Amino acid sequence: MKTKASNEVTLEFPSRSSNEGFARAAVACFAAQMDPTLNELEDIKTAVSEAVTNAIVHGYPESIGKVLVKARICPGNVLELTVKDRGRGIPDVDKARQPMFTTGGEERSGMGFTIMESFMDQLTVRSALGRGTTVTMKKKLAPRMKAGK
Amino acid sequence: MEIQAKSADRNLMLTFIGDLDHHGARNALRELEQAVDAALPKNLVLDMSGVTFMDSSGIALILRAQQRMQLLDGNVCVCNVPAQARRVLDAAAIGRLVTIK
Repeated sequence: MKTKASNEVTLEFPSRSSNEGFARAAVACFAAQMDPTLNELEDIKTAVSEAVTNAIVHGYPESIGKVLVKARICPGNVLELTVKDRGRGIPDVDKARQPMFTTGGEERSGMGFTIMESFMDQLTVRSALGRGTTVTMKKKLAPRMKAGK
Repeated sequence: MEIQAKSADRNLMLTFIGDLDHHGARNALRELEQAVDAALPKNLVLDMSGVTFMDSSGIALILRAQQRMQLLDGNVCVCNVPAQARRVLDAAAIGRLVTIK
């Protein structure tokens, strides 16, 4: 069941590589209201970058399609990120998640999912051939002492 | 992404400036290969001091540099890695494959 978000934002953009920087900066700006540490913010940016790059490179290898990024602030100071494409889909998700596995040639390292797993607390990948891929990630941010309280 | 190359005595230093993501790494990879082919260095230093952001695209670039230098029987060293990029390298355990200083 979907948890209720106290705030959320949805971005949609064409799968051009120039939008990778935009997507991570926009999500970082949105997440800033959760008062993250610099490390947490960098982890979030890195995970967004990996997921959006996967959608661009593997979702739409020979065309330009739409990439959807959703960020939600959930109870317990949890940030939930969803990156969705309606592209080619992943034939074998378990294989794709293995370190160093890639179909992207020498430009790719095959470490994208490993980095998403390492920088976020939870990673779910749903994919259907010819219909696209949805990556959902969650990260609980450490509670911070508020000044003057 | 901008790359500055300095070469002397078969030592080549490439300084990367900007975001080393998939968008930036595309050109960076080509420039790296051209610079290595032109200098045929014994030692290649990848200076990351100007990297403002790095994801796994940077790992692909470093591994490509390593392969290229193995063909030349040379060495690669990655140095001045900013904190965010360092965590990416550590998450992928790249220190086992390439020297990071």
